[in-house]
Amino acid sequence: MVENVALHHVLTRRRLLGVAGVAGLALSKPGWAQTMIDLPLPGGPEARQITTAFPQKGPMILQRTRPPLLETPFEVFDKGVFTPNDQFYVRWHWAVIPTDIDIGKFSLTVRGHVNQTLSLSLNDILHGLPSVQLSAVNQCSGNSRGFFQPRVPGGEWANGAMGNALWTGVRLKDVLDKAGVKSGAVQVRFKGLEEPVVADAPHFMKSLDIDHARDGEVMIAYAMNGEQLPLVNGFPLRLVVPGWYATYWVKMLNDIEVLNEPDTNYWTKVAYTIPDTPHASIKPGETNVKMVPINRMVPRSFVTNIASGHRVNAAAPTTLRGIAFGGDCGVASVDYSIDRGQNWRQAQLEKDEGKYGFRLWQTQFTLSSPGKYTLLTRCTNSNGVAQPDTPNWNPAGFMRNVVESIDIIAA
Amino acid sequence: MFRSFLPAIILLGVASIPFVARAATPFELKSVKVDLPDSDKMFPDGPGSDTINNNCLACHSAGMVLNQPALSKQAWAAEVTKMINAYKAPVASEDVGPIVEYLTGLKGAK
Repeated sequence: MVENVALHHVLTRRRLLGVAGVAGLALSKPGWAQTMIDLPLPGGPEARQITTAFPQKGPMILQRTRPPLLETPFEVFDKGVFTPNDQFYVRWHWAVIPTDIDIGKFSLTVRGHVNQTLSLSLNDILHGLPSVQLSAVNQCSGNSRGFFQPRVPGGEWANGAMGNALWTGVRLKDVLDKAGVKSGAVQVRFKGLEEPVVADAPHFMKSLDIDHARDGEVMIAYAMNGEQLPLVNGFPLRLVVPGWYATYWVKMLNDIEVLNEPDTNYWTKVAYTIPDTPHASIKPGETNVKMVPINRMVPRSFVTNIASGHRVNAAAPTTLRGIAFGGDCGVASVDYSIDRGQNWRQAQLEKDEGKYGFRLWQTQFTLSSPGKYTLLTRCTNSNGVAQPDTPNWNPAGFMRNVVESIDIIAA
Repeated sequence: MFRSFLPAIILLGVASIPFVARAATPFELKSVKVDLPDSDKMFPDGPGSDTINNNCLACHSAGMVLNQPALSKQAWAAEVTKMINAYKAPVASEDVGPIVEYLTGLKGAK
C-alpha cells in the first residue's frame, strides 16, 4: 500500500511535469496541441501522435490507445544497445488488462501433464530458483508492417516494434522440472492475465514444443534492464523466448499448461502463421499456401544516427552507426554499401552483449563528391544467413527483414 | 583549481561502493497500481458512423482503424468478418454491410 502511494506520487509528478512542458511549449509555439510524428509509410497515413499518457512510459508513438499499441521512436535506438524500459514498445491483443497487481497475491500456476500442479508465488520464483540473465531482442512479428507493398491491414508499425533488454529471471526448465513433466508431453502452453472484452472470444495463449520449452534458454523474466517490468510490458512476469518473435513472449504470465497433444488454440494454430516458403514470402493474391506458426527471427540491421534525407559533408569523413541482430543466433558481420549494393564494406562491430541481443556497429566513410547517395546496410548472422535485397510479402505483414536503405545528400 | 577536484573524485569513488553492494542484494518487486488512458475518439461522421461507433469501440479504440492504409472493399469485408468469427465481436448481421461500406468509403483503395 505504501508502495502504491509512492508510485502514485511519481506518476502524479510526471503528469504535472508533462502539463508544465506543454504549457511552456505553447508559449513559444501558438496552436501547439500535441506532438506529432510522420512515419514514412507508402501511401500513408503517416501522421501519428507522440503520447506520454501511459503509466511508467516516456514518449511513445501512439498506434492504438486500447488495447495499447505503442511504438518506440526510432531515435531511441541510437542511445545504446539496451532499449530503455520506459520507451520499450508495447503490444496487447485484448483490452481487459489488470492495472492493479499485488505482488503478495499474484501466483503462477503450472499444471496439465505434470506430476504435481504448482502454484508459485513471486517470492517462490525470485528466491526459490536460480536466477539467470540474458540479453535478447523482443520483436513483434509484424514489426515494419507499414512498409509492406501492397499494404496489408494490421498494426501499421514503422521499424520501432522491437527492443533489446537484459532480462533477469528463472529458467522455464527449472520451473517445469519442479512440477515434473510426465512422459508423453508434447507442448507447453502459456497464458497471461489479459482477457477479451467478449466472454467467448479466444484467450490469448501461445505454445512451444516441449523440447524448446526445456532447452534452458527460454526463461520467465521478472526484470528487464535491472528493473521490474513496466505494467504494459508484462509486469510481473513475462516469458522470454530468445531468438523467437515476441508473440511467444507472453506478458503477465500466470498460467503454464503442459499438454500431451498439440495445441489447437486459435492463437497458435490460426493466428500468427506464415507461409511455409523462403522468407515467408508469397505473391499478393496467391492462395493454397501451406501455413505454419511463425517461429525464429531473421537478421536485421539499421542505421540509427542518420535519417533518410539528411545531408552530410562531401569530402569529409561521415560516421555511421547503428544496431543489428542475427535473429535466432549472433551477428557475424554488418556490411554497408554507398553505391546501391555494387560494393560492400564491413562495419566494425562493438561489444558482444549476447547472441540474441542487439549488436552495435559503426564505421566511417567519405563521399568523394557532392550528390545523392543510397546507403544500404546488411547483417549476416552467425548461421550465414544474410538479409535479402528484395522485400518479402505475406498477407499478415510478418517477418520483414529486407536490406535497409537510406537516402543521403552529400554537399 | 585542478587539485581541488581530486578529493571530490576520491569521495565519488568511495560513495559508489555502497551502490555496488546494494546491486548485489536480492531483487525485489513492488506492487503496481496504475491507470491506463482511454480514447474518446469516434469515427468521423458520415453514413454508417453510428453503426461502427456502436459496434466496434467496445473492444478497441478507433485509432488503429484510422491508421490503416487504403484497402479494397473485399479486404475491409474480410477484416469485419475476422472480428466477428475469430474474435467474437457481437455485430448484428444487418450492421455488417453498413460497417463495410463506411470503412470502404473512409479508407477504400482508389
